[in-house]
Amino acid sequence: MAEKYPQLRANVIAILRSIAPEVEADELRDDRPLRQQVDLDSMDWLNFLIGISEQLKVSIPEADYGRLVTLGNLLDYLRAKLG
Amino acid sequence: MRISYREAMRQALHEALANDPRVFLMGEDVGRYGGTYAVSKGFYDEFGPERIRDTPLSELGFVGAGIGAALGGMRPIVEVMTVNFSLLALDQIVNSAALLRHMSGGQVSVPLVIRMATGAGRQLAAQHSHSLENWYAHIPGIRVLAPATIADARGMLGPALADPDPVVIFEHAQLYNMEDDLRDEPNEDWACDIEHAAIRRPGSQLSLITYGGSLPKALDAAAELARDGIDVEVVDLRVLRPLDTATIAESVSRTHRAVIVDEGWRSGSLAAEVMARIVERCFYDLDAPPLRVCSEEVPIPYAKHMEDAALPQAAKIVAAVREVLNV
Amino acid sequence: MFDFTLPSLGADMDEGKLIEWKVKTGDAVSKGQVVAIVDTSKAAVDVEIWQDGVVHELLIAPGEQIPVGTVMATLLEPGEEAPPKGAARAAKQAIARTPSVPGAAVAEGARLRISPAARKRAEALGVDVARLEGTGPGGAVTLADIEAAAQPGAPTPTEATPAAHPAADRNAEMRRAIAAAMSRSKREIPHYYLSETIPMARAQKWLAQINEGRPITERLLMAVVQLKAVAAALAQFPDMNGFFRDGRFEPVQAAHIGVAISLRQGGLIAPALHDVGSKPLDQLMRELADLVKRTRAGSLRSSEMSDPTITVTNLGEQGVEAVMGVIYPPQVALVGFGRIAARPWVEVGAVVAMPTVVASLAADHRVSDGHRGALFLAELRERLQRPEEL
Repeated sequence: MAEKYPQLRANVIAILRSIAPEVEADELRDDRPLRQQVDLDSMDWLNFLIGISEQLKVSIPEADYGRLVTLGNLLDYLRAKLG
Repeated sequence: MRISYREAMRQALHEALANDPRVFLMGEDVGRYGGTYAVSKGFYDEFGPERIRDTPLSELGFVGAGIGAALGGMRPIVEVMTVNFSLLALDQIVNSAALLRHMSGGQVSVPLVIRMATGAGRQLAAQHSHSLENWYAHIPGIRVLAPATIADARGMLGPALADPDPVVIFEHAQLYNMEDDLRDEPNEDWACDIEHAAIRRPGSQLSLITYGGSLPKALDAAAELARDGIDVEVVDLRVLRPLDTATIAESVSRTHRAVIVDEGWRSGSLAAEVMARIVERCFYDLDAPPLRVCSEEVPIPYAKHMEDAALPQAAKIVAAVREVLNV
Repeated sequence: MFDFTLPSLGADMDEGKLIEWKVKTGDAVSKGQVVAIVDTSKAAVDVEIWQDGVVHELLIAPGEQIPVGTVMATLLEPGEEAPPKGAARAAKQAIARTPSVPGAAVAEGARLRISPAARKRAEALGVDVARLEGTGPGGAVTLADIEAAAQPGAPTPTEATPAAHPAADRNAEMRRAIAAAMSRSKREIPHYYLSETIPMARAQKWLAQINEGRPITERLLMAVVQLKAVAAALAQFPDMNGFFRDGRFEPVQAAHIGVAISLRQGGLIAPALHDVGSKPLDQLMRELADLVKRTRAGSLRSSEMSDPTITVTNLGEQGVEAVMGVIYPPQVALVGFGRIAARPWVEVGAVVAMPTVVASLAADHRVSDGHRGALFLAELRERLQRPEEL
């Protein structure tokens, strides 16, 4: 399937791999819930979002967490935020 | 109104003499000469020889006479030319003035104020230049004050006279010409207490604790450090006995570091006492060993460059602060 | 003179392998100081000493595998004179050692330079001071160094530690260790199990409000709220918090909660979050983040391994409805949380969608009864309805 925003996706997956080193980029599907594909507990998830907000310089209010279910959701959300 | 420390002291004395007929001033050269530091200039003509009394050169005698007058219901202010000469009167101050309330079972008190100049920096050589405040701060039964600002020079004498027990006031000789603004009406600038230390400059990284003639040097050092982004708090002890441990501990607990500046000699100095209390009260809040900046352990020299080298100076204070902060 | 022995760092530990001494002969050590790194089946653990003293002789060399209880070193009491060389040890140990030269060693092995304030702060933040580089006068460790080390993302200088076990070995050993501990638990501990569905709307709303104004690095997780609620409830149920040893229960006042942390390569460690009841949520959040990070980096302290007085496991993270846990001996209880999700709930006679969580208790019937356990879960439920008091 066509991957969205390759550069942004690569950046996000690099951050994800710093938390879950076993992740393989091409095994991740953009359209399935991320936390079903990668074993992330709430502390991992928080650290993942901290990594994104620090490295990509976006602020992610907690109220938005609910929209960030799949990798695709997350990439769309970041794309919109980054403008 | 901008006035000098000398003028502030003169106003305080004038007010006391004018307001209370029991008050009189006694000491060497306080009358016809107008005072060694010109603090009582003009008083002799205004209040007369009964109340502005020139004394013989006998500290033992005239301090003792002051104690007797205080016991007799007067409110004497005895001026001793410098703390160096007050050693002749130690017996009167330590064995009589400080003890009589205790030894009479509270039947008598000695409402005496003793003023003396202290400190070096004017090329008066060793016998006129030492800082022995700590000798008096050691003695229970007396209160020891060190006004270091115009407001304290103006404000401390009133409450000192109101104290039923002996009070010793140390006026650092280098402060007399210092000038600052003082509003001329009685107001909070100088209606001061004689219980507490004061924070003269708030800061966050280190507590610079000092008193008397070293206060302006500490403030200069703090200003210089501030230009390099180092934020230092300056605490003026004001009252050398009883020490306001609470203010010291509060400050050091907040800043976690301390440098104590004291013109006395380091060994057995007031700075040593302050440091001991810091360690007793703030040990677990300290982030570096406290340091002291004191006079070199020599008789204060006469030669200007050597005198300067022997005394605490702003540059030495800056160096000590940098050492504690390791910056 | 007293002995320093290899402590048991958990019910599943029978032996350990010394990786490195952090002290040498003549060093003064203080209570709580890390003196050695010992490899257990689970992790390389910083082993602390619990008595002040001066190292007299190190008896075990790095690389040696030794059973729990082995004397690893002898120490002198503070102020105690060193006995004539060899006299005391000759009978006990026939192994040749480097002769100790107390004077020289003391001069070279000075006590760690750390300011009293920094030491206090390090304790509060759980920072291991032994490996920090000081920036204070004379290289002393200062408050600022501690604060920097406690920041998330601070480098943990674990690379210097010689790794003892290849990952595969470690996994196999950890599996064996968990097997031993859990078998013992099921063999010895008569478990009873209770569960209770707890409405979480208030706690979620409260947490959302707290987190709303905060930068992401300061936000709290519900897991921390749940841990604090467990500690608060434990204060009233001391019979859930402590150890069952030698045929009797020893209650512990402080709630040192063992937090079950799964490892990416498989396996599980439940190190202690110390004294949860007395710490504010923000501090607990920082400490939990640090604990998770160090657990996964394999850098735990012996007190964290041996101290837990109860375990809390949060398998809801993986999506399960409820957990019926196995108690980690010698503890006497385990609290589990399932997934928080909206479920049908009856409120004032009407069915509403309510976020709920199933909290469960596995407890030791030798120490408490189901009635007490039920009261404990009820108390936990009530605590979670008043999150602002946590």
